[in-house]
Parts: sequence; C-alpha cells; structure tokens
Amino acid sequence: MQFELSEEQVLLQKTAREFARKEVAPRAAELDEKHEFPADLVKKMAQMGLMGVAVPDDYGGAGMDTLAYVLAMEEISAACASTGVIMSVNNSLVCDPLLKFGNEAQKREWLVPLASGAKLGCFALSEPQAGSDAAAQKTVAKRDGDDYVINGVKNWITNGAEADVCVLLTMTAPELGYKGITAFILPMDLAGVRVGPKENKLGITASSTTQIFLEDCRVPAKLRLGEEGEGFKVAMSTLDGGRIGIAAQALGIGRAAMEAAIAYGKERETFGKPIVKHQAIEFMLADMATELDAARLLTWRAARLKDAGMRHSTESAMAKLFAAEAANRAAKNGLQIHGGYGYTKDYAAERHYRDAKITEIYEGTSEIQRIVIARSLLK
Amino acid sequence: MVSFEPTEEQLMVQKTAREFAARELAPKAAERDHEGTFPRDELRKLAELGLLGVNVPDAYGGAEMGVVAYSLAVTELARACASTTVAVCVSNMAAELICTYGSEAQKQRYARAIVDGSACCGAFALSETHCGSDAAALRTTARRDGDSWVLDGSKQWITSGDHAGVLVVWARTDNQGDRGARGIAAFIVEGGSEGLHVGKHEDKLGLRGSTTVPLTFESCRIPGDAMLGNDGDGFRLAMTALDGGRIGIASQALGIGLAALDAARDYARERSAFGRPIADKQAIQWMIADSATELEAARLLTLRAAMLKQAGVPYTREASMAKLYASEAANRVCYRALQIHGGYGYTRDFPIERMSRDVRVTTIYEGTSEIQRLVIGRSLTSA
Repeated sequence: MQFELSEEQVLLQKTAREFARKEVAPRAAELDEKHEFPADLVKKMAQMGLMGVAVPDDYGGAGMDTLAYVLAMEEISAACASTGVIMSVNNSLVCDPLLKFGNEAQKREWLVPLASGAKLGCFALSEPQAGSDAAAQKTVAKRDGDDYVINGVKNWITNGAEADVCVLLTMTAPELGYKGITAFILPMDLAGVRVGPKENKLGITASSTTQIFLEDCRVPAKLRLGEEGEGFKVAMSTLDGGRIGIAAQALGIGRAAMEAAIAYGKERETFGKPIVKHQAIEFMLADMATELDAARLLTWRAARLKDAGMRHSTESAMAKLFAAEAANRAAKNGLQIHGGYGYTKDYAAERHYRDAKITEIYEGTSEIQRIVIARSLLK
Repeated sequence: MVSFEPTEEQLMVQKTAREFAARELAPKAAERDHEGTFPRDELRKLAELGLLGVNVPDAYGGAEMGVVAYSLAVTELARACASTTVAVCVSNMAAELICTYGSEAQKQRYARAIVDGSACCGAFALSETHCGSDAAALRTTARRDGDSWVLDGSKQWITSGDHAGVLVVWARTDNQGDRGARGIAAFIVEGGSEGLHVGKHEDKLGLRGSTTVPLTFESCRIPGDAMLGNDGDGFRLAMTALDGGRIGIASQALGIGLAALDAARDYARERSAFGRPIADKQAIQWMIADSATELEAARLLTLRAAMLKQAGVPYTREASMAKLYASEAANRVCYRALQIHGGYGYTRDFPIERMSRDVRVTTIYEGTSEIQRLVIGRSLTSA
C-alpha cells in the first residue's frame, strides 16, 4: 500500500497545474460568459500530450496511464470545467475505446490524430428518449454491401459542434436489445451527418453540447469498431473509464470551489474577525476538504484498477458518485461562504456552482451509479 | 507509485484478526453487551497473537507490523465486537506511547507488560470531569516528594480503567496551572497502586462489554522515575498519542460500519415485501449503495493516514479526516441498516441493534467530530 506518485506523474501534474493557472484560469470567466470553445487552449493541451494521456506514444499519445490522466484532469477542471470536459471526452470516450477495441488500421488512421490532438473526438450514445437505458436506443445501422446505412438522432453530444470524429453507438439488430448494439467510428464530415444547434446550458457553457442527426449516412464497414453486437460492451467499458475522468473533473471543480472559499473567507471580516475564524465557516471548509480528499482517493483507486487491467465498474461508479456529490456540496457551501457576492458573476463561485451540477448527471446520473454499486453488492 | 493493495504481511495480520474475531469474539458479542462482561480471556488471547502491540517493536514484545497492519486488524476485530476492540485500541496506544517516549526500563517493563497480556490491558487517563478536548485545562497534580511523585485529582471516561495493569496518567507539575499546556507531564501508574481509586462504572448506551470508569488519585505515591518523557511535554505526548489513536478509532468505526452493511445486505435478500425481496427495491438499493461507497471512502482515508504515520511524515490533519469521516459514515450506515431491518432491527434478536448503539461513541471519543473539524479547518485557514 503506497500513496506516492511516480516522478513522471508528479511532473505531469505540475505541468498541467501551471498551465491551468497561467493560461486557463484567467480565461475561464470570459469563455463561460461568451459560450466560446477554447480552441487555442485545446491546441496547447494537445502539444502537452493532454488529449491522449494514457495512449501509448506509438499511437500519438503521451504514453502515460489513467492515474496521470486523472491528475491532469483535476488541474485543468479546477481552472475551467468546460475545458476539462472537452479533454475528458477526447481521452476517455474516444481514444480509450479506439485503443481497446480498434484494429491496427483504425488505430493508425484515427487514434493517432485524436490522441495527438490533431483531431477532436466526440461520443454518441444517448438519444432523445434513451440515456442511461442504452438498449432503448433507436438509431439503426443497416448493412448494405460494403457499407452500413445509418439513420437516427443522438443527443447530448459534448464537442459535437467542433468534433472531427465520433464514436457512435447504433442498433444493427434492434430485436436483440442490448446484444444488437454496434459501435462505429464516424467521420463527422461524411454525407448524411448533420450537427444541431448548441444546447443552452446552466453550466460548462464553453463546451458545446449538440444533437447529431444521421440521415441515410453511409459508413464504410471498415469503420465498424469491434464486432456487430459488441457495442454494448464497448459502451459500458468506455463509460467505466469515462466515469473516472468525470470523477476527476468533479474533484477539480470542488477543489476550486474550496480554494476560492478559503481565499474569500480569509479576507472577509464580520464581527471583528475573518469569517474563516468563525466555526460555522471553518467547519464547512473542514467537511469540504475531508470529502474531497476521500473523493480523490476513490478516484485514484479506480484509476489504479483500470491501469492494472482489473475490473473497476463498481469502483468507477463509487468514485463518480462520491466525487460528483462532494463537488456539489463544496460548490454550494463555497457560494454560501461568499454570501451575496457568490451569487454574482464577479466571483468564480457562481460558475463553480453551475458547472458542478453536470457531474451528477452525465456519463451516468448519480442514480445510475447507485444501481451499478447496489447490483454488484446484491447479486 | 500509488498502490492500494496491502502487502502480504499486512494481509496476514488482517487474516489472523479476522479468523480470531469470527471464532472468539463474534459468538459472545451479544452476551458481552447484555451482561457487561469484560473480555479478559479474549484480551489474553489477543496478546498471544501480538494484537495488543501491532506497531510495537519486537524488542519490547510487539509484533512490529506497522500502522497499516494495525488498522486492518482493528477493523476486523470491530466487525465482531466493538467493546473488545476499544480495549485493544487503548492498549496499543498506551504501549506505543511508552515505546516512543519511555526510558529503556519503562519500555521493557510496561510496554512489554501491556503487549504480552500480563497487564491485561493498558489505559489512557487524560480527560477530567470538567475537561475533555481542552486537555490543557486539566487539574490533577503531581507533586515531587523526596524520591516519589504524589498524584492528586480525578480522571473521567477511563476506558478499561478498572482492569488495566498499566495506566498513562496526565497531571500538572506546575504551580496552579501557571504554565498552561506546558505545565503538564505524563506518568506511568500501575493498576492497583495505593491511593488510586476506581469509581462507579458508567452505564453506557453502547460498548457495554468495555468498562468506562472515573479514577480518583488520593495522595497516590508513585516512583520518582515514573514520569513518561520530559516534564512539561505531557500535552505534546497526549496530542501525538491521540493522532495515532484516531487512526485506531477510524478503523474501529469502519469495522462496525462494515458489519452493519453485511447485516443489512443479508437481511434485505431474505426479507420479502410485495412479492419480492426488499433488496430488489431501489429505496433499499440506494441505502446499500451509499453505505458501501461511504465506507470505501472511509477505508481509503483511514489507510492513507496509517500509511503517512508509518512513513514517519506529519499526519495530524489526515488522521482527523479519517476519524471524522469514518465515524460519521459508520453512524449513517448503522442508521440505514437498522432501518432496512424494520421492527426486527429495533430488537436484540438482531446484532444491528447493538451495532447502532456501539457506533454512536465513535463520533465522540478520542476527539469529537467537532474537534476533528477544528483540527482540519485550522490546517486549511492558518497557512
């Protein structure tokens, strides 16, 4: 049992932290306000290896591991949660399934540019009427000669407006339920792919969220990711990893909320002393710090299991559930400590509060995480 | 390297404790609770297994297995019997404290006596009627008289105070408290010393197999070399011991919580309502999922604090986080587990009733949750 990071991991954490503080944090409020995709930041992150942290260097990645990815995600998300999710989707939901399920040719053609950040990826599973219940999806891929013809609508696609490539889940055999799901690599410039307008969201506004409309979209069979019917496995395995990334994102938001509250609380005085010297405030901070440390340990533990090639569905669900809820409590209390100022856009607490909320919803709601955990205990 | 896997040695200690707990502690846990029987025989057997000095050097009879192994062992024991476990925790704490600050003679005599079981167990006498967390306000005095020290005063909430052969007792050596926290020293007192009177057993909500007593010192004369560490260092010794002690209590709380979760899970699978096991219902599943997640968080915080202590780096804040979180989580877990049992959980026919009472003290002793939040909060805002 050891809790010390390797030199390589510490170095990446430090590099990501400095970049986040110097280049990302000063821009976060404006990006949020303007709903602006941080294209230049993403480009710099690509140069730093942050768009494919756990992908081997052979395939264009940084050649590190999931724990290193988690460290970097926390730092970037502490500065800007929108930038964090852009990074998380590319790493966890696009590079990871390509690395795990792609054949050599697919990896050369698609993983290399995605992991190196030359291209940006997105992931399409949810639909207007199907989110957590993946087998209820209605997008259909029909085999036609050397192609598949795909029709359907996908919802909640992070990076949808900017992505070059999509990992797409469809039904090739709707009658088989979840056994009829098949994954594809979808180039977003194919004929028949149309991206809808950006959703107008509560938070993570600098990251785009769109629908994708597939209208007789003809996808060559060589772009099928894995076998027919293997899509459910692809999706679940991908989400197990994705949840670790979102746990790290939540952790970053929560930490930023706590740090902002400490800084404000030391400056602000009431009844003759800084408010951090009042127990009402001090105890809120103590609970935040304790819960965030617990969240970090759960997240690191899930990352370690993934890196060791062990099962980690339950542990990823625990990390995601706990970190998301801890981050929301931290953001709520962080805003409270700021009083009226926290309710204004003059302080980052307002953005943290809005950004934190999504972590309890996407990549499996808190309710879905509880189902995953309970089933593993009660089976 | 980050690794969450215990070493083989640590797993071995865990296994030893688990098997002992299942064989020797679990069967009579209900009886110990109902009858208030102190686990004297069990403590002797625990001493034989090295579990009264897990982190005590071999040179003084200890198992020398480290803090992580200690934490793992305590959790296993607490799954079966929280009362026995608290006597184990205090013994380990006292033996370790003597080994850290004692003279060679004190270590050989007193640490060894606790660890080998000849002292039955150790005790830790710091709190007084009027002061617990605010230890610097204690009033018991130690006066030098020729070759002896003479203790006068009283102590409160002393776990195993009537059975312990070796007690560590804190007293003022200054004049009327004029040196505050710096006017305190720790002393080793043998159980049964003349002038040491044991008061009436507290009638407690839980941990009824463990004794909690007030102690009175009336011109209690102890040898001139009975001081543990230096004069004036007593407060620091107490704080150091409590930092480590909090890892023990976090581990104990975790054990009680894990036992409660197991009980709830078993019951939920057995019990049917509206045509199917209640385990199939999301209301119950949610409680199970939250309990498991929170206990996992508690486990990792506790093991992290143990790792830091073992590595010899500062761990005060982390021990407080572990103690705060594990004790609060274990209380929530027991509450939910009793709820899952319905009316049966409210009866003594099911162990969850005992666990729910036992767990309550973990947010109180060795520093209340409020004290832990002070420690953590100050570390965040004083920098």
